Amino acid sequence: MKFLSIVFISLFLIMQISQTVKAGTLANVKKNKLIKCGVSTGLVGFSAPNSKGKWSGLDVDFCKALSSAIFGSPNKVKFIPLSAQQRFTALQSGEVDILSRNTTRNLSRETNLGFNFAPVMYYDGQAFIVKKKSKAKSVKDLSGATICTQQGTSTEQNLAAYFRKHKLKLKVKVFESFEESTKTFVQGACDAYTSDKSSLAIFNVKFKSGFKILPEIISKEPLAPAVRHGDDQWLDIVSWTVYALVAAEELGLNSKNIHKHLKSRDLNIRKFVGATKGNGKALGLSKRWSYNIVKQVGNYGEIFSKNVGKKSILKIKRGLNNLWTKSGLMYSPPMK
Amino acid sequence: MKQKNIIQIIILFFVIAALGFVIYNTQQKIAAQNISSGFDFLQDEASFEISESLIEYSSFDTYKKALTVGLLNTLKVSILGNILALLLGILIGISLLSQNILLKKLCQSYVEIMRNTPLLLQLFFWYAIMNSLLPAPQEAISFAGTFFSNRGISIPWFEFSSFSWSYPKFKSFNFEGGYTLSLEFVALLFGLVVYTSAFIAEIVRAGLLSVQKGQWEASKTLGLSAWQSIRFVIFPQALRVAIPPLTSQILNLTKNSSLAVAIAFPDFVSVANTTMNQTGQALEVILLILLVYLTFSLLTAAFMNWYNKKISLVER
Amino acid sequence: MNLKNIKNNLFKDYLNSTISTMLIIGLFYTAYYLFLYFIVNGIWNGDADTCRASQGFCWSFIRAKFQYILVGLYPDDKLWRPISAFILFIGFISYIKHPKNWSSKNFSYFVITLLLCAFLIRGGFFGLSLVDSEQWGGLLLTIIVAVCGVIVAYPLGVLLALARRSSLPLLKYLSILYIEFIRGIPLISLLFMSAVLLPLFLPEGVEIGKLFRAQVAMIMFFSAYMAEIVRGGLQSISNGQYEGAESLGLNYYQKMRKVILPQALKVVIPPTVNTIIGFFKDTSLLVIIALFDLMYTAKASVTDPKWVGFSLESYLFIAVIYFILCLMMGNYAKYLEKYLKKENL
Repeated sequence: MKFLSIVFISLFLIMQISQTVKAGTLANVKKNKLIKCGVSTGLVGFSAPNSKGKWSGLDVDFCKALSSAIFGSPNKVKFIPLSAQQRFTALQSGEVDILSRNTTRNLSRETNLGFNFAPVMYYDGQAFIVKKKSKAKSVKDLSGATICTQQGTSTEQNLAAYFRKHKLKLKVKVFESFEESTKTFVQGACDAYTSDKSSLAIFNVKFKSGFKILPEIISKEPLAPAVRHGDDQWLDIVSWTVYALVAAEELGLNSKNIHKHLKSRDLNIRKFVGATKGNGKALGLSKRWSYNIVKQVGNYGEIFSKNVGKKSILKIKRGLNNLWTKSGLMYSPPMK
Repeated sequence: MKQKNIIQIIILFFVIAALGFVIYNTQQKIAAQNISSGFDFLQDEASFEISESLIEYSSFDTYKKALTVGLLNTLKVSILGNILALLLGILIGISLLSQNILLKKLCQSYVEIMRNTPLLLQLFFWYAIMNSLLPAPQEAISFAGTFFSNRGISIPWFEFSSFSWSYPKFKSFNFEGGYTLSLEFVALLFGLVVYTSAFIAEIVRAGLLSVQKGQWEASKTLGLSAWQSIRFVIFPQALRVAIPPLTSQILNLTKNSSLAVAIAFPDFVSVANTTMNQTGQALEVILLILLVYLTFSLLTAAFMNWYNKKISLVER
Repeated sequence: MNLKNIKNNLFKDYLNSTISTMLIIGLFYTAYYLFLYFIVNGIWNGDADTCRASQGFCWSFIRAKFQYILVGLYPDDKLWRPISAFILFIGFISYIKHPKNWSSKNFSYFVITLLLCAFLIRGGFFGLSLVDSEQWGGLLLTIIVAVCGVIVAYPLGVLLALARRSSLPLLKYLSILYIEFIRGIPLISLLFMSAVLLPLFLPEGVEIGKLFRAQVAMIMFFSAYMAEIVRGGLQSISNGQYEGAESLGLNYYQKMRKVILPQALKVVIPPTVNTIIGFFKDTSLLVIIALFDLMYTAKASVTDPKWVGFSLESYLFIAVIYFILCLMMGNYAKYLEKYLKKENL
């Protein structure tokens, strides 16, 4: 009898576990009142905690924008730091609702890994950095050099492919962590370091301009937020959050002036701020969703300049990440 | 008897239920999100470079070959590491029993320091020290045809293909010719050897102490020198006590070599990690890692058992 | 020690004299340089640039990063909580460590102390605000993982050891399979599994946090090693004890609980403490799956733009922490070994 009851209880428990309801991500997020946002363990400009544990960066601000869109407050986000290796399973398994972790969009990730990518948040490309006193003026001078890089990214493949194509000799040192790889390079055990160009800017900040970035960009790295396959509503929300950031900049709306536009005559702006029947309902959000994003977090230009651009320590130029009207690639489809 | 069977059936039921539960969930998730599975990826082009390899390898080769390279690197560091750790461990183990109090204390503190700090920390430490102390290859320290720099140790090497000695020479960035032990390899090997040797030294000490005092005196009366009595009388007996714990130390070193991933030595786990990141097939790759290390463990255990039997036969 | 002793110890014969002389010279040389490095050239006050200019040890780095390395991102204004938890924990440990204080009553007090510590650190009710596990870090996290690991894994190890010596073949082989499997693979692969695979094994909608998953992996790992230690203890108990207990008419549970286990566990206390030391050191591997343990904070503090390049200081600092804690545990094991031997005589 005793054993039978144990069996019954265990069976009951097992059934309990598997009976958890499978709901959409938005419903789950709303139920938990929290967005679980996967970020990097520390990449200045994109997602890094300060010494008090407060996160900041472009990827971080995107999750805040998402939180503003859904909850009307930018702070309902839990940032989950993920290593390069953990990030994909964390998203696949549902540990995070969104992966906003300087992740390159490509075909195999969208198919083999079962992801959908939102529009690009940052157009990047792989580049090389060497010490200022190095004789190398371009990547072609690096034949036979030892090159440091970090594991778990598309960097390793790009590097091998480029050196192969140009018949250069390559010696790589692949580290498991970003910190160890940069440290080794700075100490001089590698002749060059390669990674996305945006992450190379920090060297000259940390080490007082002792480095130079080589001119070649050897790959396309469109960094975009990713969500799981098969949840269209969630993908829509994430995608249009990116577009809303860009659209706001196109429309000339920013966190300082947007409240003045609540009574604007421009139909596009009226829709954007939710003064007229807006786009919120179709997405399953409030009508002020895009207004909240810009009011609380800012438009794309603002968060770019705050985190990686002019107003940050990195001082990266807009380049490809400028609006299409200013010969960049940032372009939002009409929000109507 | 009947009750026992019921218990067993219940246990079996639970194990099968738990396994089924895990397999069902995994399949569900894989199917729901269209994640690819299976071992077909092993035949695909790896398209990443590996810095050191015992066999010819380029980024054109398959993942299978890349993983083989990693496996060989793990074997290289484990075999060399075990041999060196045994030698050093025996030396220190004997010194631990030395009558020279200075030597004894020194060896004791060595053992204490090594045993009481984490291996991973030691590896980071050695790697950082070597990186900051050794000069750039342009200013390499040369000694008898060997060059020490922050790229590693370049030694003259006998080339069998051309049947001549090849000497390392500095060319634009790195040393070419000869044979270069990379800094990562040296740091890993050094770290593993010093760490494990401390444990081995303790085992050796305990083994030597287990040999009765009478044996020493008897070998002395036979007119054997100190070295002879250690070599022919004491050591064979101590070995019998020491073999089982030594086996687990050898296994530990092999398993610990997987920490290579932290300091950029391309061992099996490191290459597997890259593979996992590129293909996204975590399940398959981790299964491979488990399989490889379990095989190592079983083979080592089998060999040591055989050796243990052999030396106990010689005794009788 | 008098002169004659020194002569006999150090300069007995030619070989010994050579070794001793070399050692003495080497030791003086090293001591001199360490003194220069740590004391004479050491920088106590001053910023990173003063440190870089000097040849010595940068104590001001340790001062600047002391709190971060020890507790990670734990909020400043609530620092008294982990500190008092730590004092409570250490206090109780130093009371309960004497074998004469071992009793089941004290054991339950020990459990209460631990719960109290956990409450102090985490908070969340009775007016203490919640400090989420994401904010735990450094030595604090390392100790939490180690203590929780030992507390859960120890009984698990005992059960596994009993299962391995069970008369039920199925139970026996399952436990052998488990123990040998875990012991055959590196901890790092188990941690990878916890980080990347475990989430896949759970059903849709169910998830466990990163820290907890890693804790599970550590427990699985440690329990297998613990089981082997306990098995050794069980084997050392003579058959007479088993037979005696059976002849008294005790059933399996009573026999183990009252007769065999108390003796067997006592025998293996020294190797148990050694395994715990090993486990404590192994928590440093958490850094590889990006958890904020002591090793992580030590590495992360040198990526601070202000303090780049002081890894030696950072590593030495945590090495000393690990060393002191492990040495204390090791000495405790030796003390127990002596004590128990005396008791048995």
